[in-house]
Amino acid sequence: MNIHEYQAKDIFRKFGIPIPPGEVARTPEEAEAIARKFGGTVVVKAQVHAGGRGKAGGVKLAKTPEEVKSTAAQILKLRIKDIPVEKVLVTPAADIASEAYVGIIVDRVSKKAVFMVSPAGGIDIEEVAEKTPEKIVRHPVDPRYGLQSYEAMNLAFFLYKDVKQARAAAKILQQLYAAFMASGASLAEINPLVTTPEGEVVALDAKMVIDDNELDRLPDIEALRDESAEAPSEVLARKANLTFIKLDGNVGCVVNGAGLAMATMDLVKYYGGDPANFLDIGGSSNPEKVVNALRIITSDPNVKAILFNIFGGITRTDDVANGIVTAINENPLKVPLVIRLTGTNDEIAVKILKENGLAAMTDMDEAVQKAVSLATGGKAT
Amino acid sequence: MSIFIDKETRLLIQGITGRDGSFHAKQMMEYGTKVVGGVTPGKGGLKFETTVPIFNTVAQAVKETGANATVIYVPPPFAADAMMEAADAGIPFIVCITEGVPVLDMTRVYPFVKEKGARLLGPNCPGLISPGQSKVGIIPGSICASGPYGLVSRSGTLTYEVVYQMTRAGMGQTTCVGIGGDPINGTNFIDCLAAFEADNETKAVVMIGEIGGTDEQEAAKFVKEKMSKPVVGFIAGQTAPPGRRMGHAGAIISGSAGTAAEKMQAFEENGIGVAKRPIDVVSLLKKSIKS
Repeated sequence: MNIHEYQAKDIFRKFGIPIPPGEVARTPEEAEAIARKFGGTVVVKAQVHAGGRGKAGGVKLAKTPEEVKSTAAQILKLRIKDIPVEKVLVTPAADIASEAYVGIIVDRVSKKAVFMVSPAGGIDIEEVAEKTPEKIVRHPVDPRYGLQSYEAMNLAFFLYKDVKQARAAAKILQQLYAAFMASGASLAEINPLVTTPEGEVVALDAKMVIDDNELDRLPDIEALRDESAEAPSEVLARKANLTFIKLDGNVGCVVNGAGLAMATMDLVKYYGGDPANFLDIGGSSNPEKVVNALRIITSDPNVKAILFNIFGGITRTDDVANGIVTAINENPLKVPLVIRLTGTNDEIAVKILKENGLAAMTDMDEAVQKAVSLATGGKAT
Repeated sequence: MSIFIDKETRLLIQGITGRDGSFHAKQMMEYGTKVVGGVTPGKGGLKFETTVPIFNTVAQAVKETGANATVIYVPPPFAADAMMEAADAGIPFIVCITEGVPVLDMTRVYPFVKEKGARLLGPNCPGLISPGQSKVGIIPGSICASGPYGLVSRSGTLTYEVVYQMTRAGMGQTTCVGIGGDPINGTNFIDCLAAFEADNETKAVVMIGEIGGTDEQEAAKFVKEKMSKPVVGFIAGQTAPPGRRMGHAGAIISGSAGTAAEKMQAFEENGIGVAKRPIDVVSLLKKSIKS
């Protein structure tokens, strides 16, 4: 789960990381009022779940409250990576002497939380990694002991020569690690971590991604979810316990299992079609899940044909068949349906479908070809 | 022969009285797996299906039954503890089926299990099956047949699809292993490839990967440098949009590392036949055996 910059900053503050004050506005007027309160030049920052905000014009300086109002109005009209900007963060502009990057990710190779720090901050860290890899230091943390002070100092001295600044940075690194672990994060980033002309070390930005698997045991973090920042169909799917990602094609896909769902999309493309979505109904599927899946898919006007590809293991194919029948009885389909079922209880499933005037196929390739041809009006090869 | 499990495997089931655990316990017993005990705290002393003794703790179960493998079906918040309990009780082979284990839990579990000298398969995996001998996990026995081909995969149902196609084409398997799709898992492709290389009866291996990470690329190098047996592969997610999570937490394409195109190229460069469709695995395998 993504959270906004202002939410990540709130968490970091709780762990003691020095961060300038800031408040969130939903309208240009609110932004103006906040700017008046702070006085002086402020930064207006779009709060969206997308990278590259600066390049997209979502982060701007404004000198006067009037300017803040017009700047906020501009930013609140933006769509960044197709996500509408609903909120801006207004925060006093800081004088910057230097910019660094510090971050933690869970690394699949070392199987540990790994620090990445770089004195080249303020820009995309992937760019730094590509162009000047010598400017990044990585440090895996032993989960049994956490980040020890000497480890934090080693990293901090890579950023700052001044011992006072290094000590301040080391403290921030340990606080960041504590925030990362306590929040069930898979990523936590400060970019940039700046020094001011007075020599203070301050975090000007904050980013956190939370491991979805942690949310059940971290209700305070789950409460940070901002549904207005997610596609409506994806919100619906999450509530129905489905994994759904909208794509641009016209073949709606309902599949059990992530790997098979991806392979089905690939096969749709292979036979000249375009998948409208990724949708995984998961393992132990009940008929209700299938009803919800069809509801989500049929709400996409681009969908010209729907393909079910179900390989029953844990999933009982008769459950899926019952779900299809229920869904269609509730809400007759306006587009053709192709069903492929194999595995657990498939004989019962085929019987259920037959009794309701539906046919089922057993071969994945044949089913995909048929769905593609129906979606494209028979034009695909 | 087979890898990791065979006729002699004495299996424990952690979470044997739960909804998934009890269903799959019966399936495994029907398949012929030697299920020697189950663990559910508070139900120690009872029997599962009138024959399988249930214990309160894994340590107790190991002492009484001599179990040498365990399979875990407990809910995600308790899965990390279950894996560590099994390793601490001295079980050398631990399979965790549970989906949704927090990845920070796995950063603690992985080194713990390693220090105890156990092999962990999963979490978030379908387990494994050595057709005709033993099945541990949830792979449907009916779609498998015994034969000379090994299979290792990061996926669940896609594995079933490929195994089903192989069995239909008369190509049976020594062992089919699902390593799971999570970012941190106990056993990787290379562990399985090395085991298949060492197994006398395995003649060729199928490797099924997906987007995210660089495990497939590492495995491809291993195949070229260390394996004498032919390997063919398939990668799911060729059409996945970058940066999006496709169900499995591990399947995130970040930057240039982890796309299907990169992985397929790594396969080709290292002499691994690349299937464009799952069905193509069958013809590639046939070709690899002849050459």
